[in-house]
Amino acid sequence: MSGAADALRLLRGDPRAGSVVPPSGFTARLTVFTAAAMAFLAVFALALALSAGHLADRWGDALARTATVRLSAPAGQMDTQLAAVMEVLRTTPGVATARPMTEPEQRALLEPWFGPDLPVETLPLPRMVEVTETQTGFDADALRLRLAGEAPGAVLDDHTRWRRPLVRAADRLRGLGWLSIGLIGAAMGAMITLAANSALAANAQVIEVLRLVGARDAFIARAFVRRFTRRALEGAALGTAAGMVAVALMPGGDGTGFLTGLGFRGLDWLWPLALPPLAGLVAFWATRFAAFRVLKGIT
Amino acid sequence: MAERGVIELDNVSHSYGGGELLSNISLTLAPGAFHFLTGPSGAGKTTFLKICYAELVPTAGAVRLFGADVRGMDRDQIARTRRRIGVVHQDCRFLDHLPVIDNIALPLLTAGQDPDDERNNIDELLGWVGLRARADALPPELSGGERQRAALARAVIMAPDVILADEPTGNIDWEMSLRILQLLVELNRMGKTILIATHDLNLIRAAKAQVAARVLRIKDRQLNLAGADL
Ligand SMILES: Nc1ncnc2c1ncn2[C@@H]1O[C@H](COP(=O)(O)OP(=O)(O)O)[C@@H](O)[C@H]1O
Ligand SMILES: [Mg+2]
Repeated sequence: MSGAADALRLLRGDPRAGSVVPPSGFTARLTVFTAAAMAFLAVFALALALSAGHLADRWGDALARTATVRLSAPAGQMDTQLAAVMEVLRTTPGVATARPMTEPEQRALLEPWFGPDLPVETLPLPRMVEVTETQTGFDADALRLRLAGEAPGAVLDDHTRWRRPLVRAADRLRGLGWLSIGLIGAAMGAMITLAANSALAANAQVIEVLRLVGARDAFIARAFVRRFTRRALEGAALGTAAGMVAVALMPGGDGTGFLTGLGFRGLDWLWPLALPPLAGLVAFWATRFAAFRVLKGIT
Repeated sequence: MAERGVIELDNVSHSYGGGELLSNISLTLAPGAFHFLTGPSGAGKTTFLKICYAELVPTAGAVRLFGADVRGMDRDQIARTRRRIGVVHQDCRFLDHLPVIDNIALPLLTAGQDPDDERNNIDELLGWVGLRARADALPPELSGGERQRAALARAVIMAPDVILADEPTGNIDWEMSLRILQLLVELNRMGKTILIATHDLNLIRAAKAQVAARVLRIKDRQLNLAGADL
C-alpha cells in the first residue's frame, strides 16, 4: 500500500523536502502539547484498565466455585453436627469437594486480626468447611434449607454473592479504561486534523506554488505529514514518560486494594511504550487525510 | 491528423462564470516555435497561458499537452506534465521563505531529485541569468528585473521543452527587458518552444529582429495571427 511506503520514506526523513513549507512555531508547540497531555491521560487510562483487569481476574479466580460452611455449636454437639454437615455436602449435587479446615489453617485465617499467639484451641470458635463447586455449581438456597434441617448451627457463606458485583464492577472498569484510551486517541486525531487543516489553510499559497512547479500531491502531503507525525511522536513520548513517572510514584500497597493496586506490574510497564508510536500513527493518518482532502481543491 | 504540436488547443472557450472571455480558440504550438501573445490588458492572456499548462481547465474544448488530453489526466500526470513546461508567472510565484537558489531548485526537489546532485547546473544557471551574487537573498529582497530572471531560471531548471512567460518584462526597464528577451531567444535557439504574453510592442519588434517570431493577438474573445505591422 502506498500509505506504508510513505510511512517508511517518512521515517527515513528528508528535511529538505520538509523545508518547502515554512516553519510555524505556534501550531507546532500546540500540537506537541496536545499530544503530551493526551498521552499522559492515556497512561492513566491504561493503568486503570490493566489494574481493573488484574483485579477482575483475581477476584474471579478466588470466587471460582468456592464457598464455606461455618458451623457454630456447643462444644458437645460440634462433632455430630460436623458429621451431619459433611453428610449433607456429600449428597448435594454440584458440590465437588468438602473439607473441614485444620486448626493451623483456621489459625492462619485469624492471625491478621488477633496476632500469632491466639490460643485457638481454647476459644469457642466456629469450625469452617471449605466447599468447592463442580462446573455446574450447586443450588445455594436448597443447600441452606437442608443444612438448617440437619445441622442448625451451620451457615453457608456463599462468597460469590458479595464478590460477583465486585468482579462485574472491575470488568466494567477495565472496559471503561480501554474505551477512554480509544476516546483519547480519537480526540487526538480530531485535534491533529484541526491543526493540520489550519496549517494547510495558512500555507495555501505555498501549496499552489508547489503544484505549479510540478509537485505531486504525495510530495506536498508528506511535508505536512512529516511535521505533524514528528510533533505527535515527540509530545506523546514526553507525556508518556511523565505519566509513567506519575504512576510509578503512586503510593503502593500489597496490590489487593483497589486504590493501592492502581498501577503497572511487571510486563504491564511495556504497554505505555506503545502510546508514542500509536500517537504518531494517529497523527500520520489524520494529517494525510486532511492534506489530500485540501489538495483535491487545488489545481 | 495534422502536425503534432507540443501544446494543442481545440475549440477552447472559457468563462469565469460571467460572459465568455475566450471563444472557440484553436492553436497548435509546433516544437521549436517562437510566439508572442498580445492583446489589451484584461483580454485574457494570462487565462490563456493558464489553460496551456493546465492550471485552468477551460469550460469547453480540448487541450492536449504533448499529445495527451488534459481532461484524461489524473493529478499525478498533470504534475509530471507541468515539469515539462517551464512557466514564468506574471507575479513570479516564489516561496518567500526560501532563498533564491532554493526557489530555483524547487522543481528538482519536488520531482524527487536531490538538488545537491545538480549543484553545478544550478550554479551555471545562476550565472546565465546573472544572479550568482543574489543566490542567498530572499525573493522579497530582489528588484523587479532580478525577480523575473530568477523566475526564468526556475522555469528552465527541469530542461523543459516549452517555456511560457507571462509579461516577463512587465515593470522593468528597457535594458533589463532586452536582457530577458535575449535569454528567451537563446532558449529558443536551443530548440525550446517559446510563448511570451506581453503588451509591449517594442519588445516584440526587438525580438523580430532576431528570431522568426509569430504574433498572436487576443481580440474580441478570438485568437488571431497579427498582421505584418507588428
Ligand atoms: N480567477 C478569476 N476569476 C474571475 N475572473 C477572472 C479570474 N482571473 C481573471 N479574471 C478576469 O478575466 C479577465 C482576463 O484576465 P487575464 O487573463 O488576467 O487578462 P490579461 O492577462 O490579458 O490581462 C479579466 O477581466 C479578469 O478580471
Ligand atoms: Mg495577465
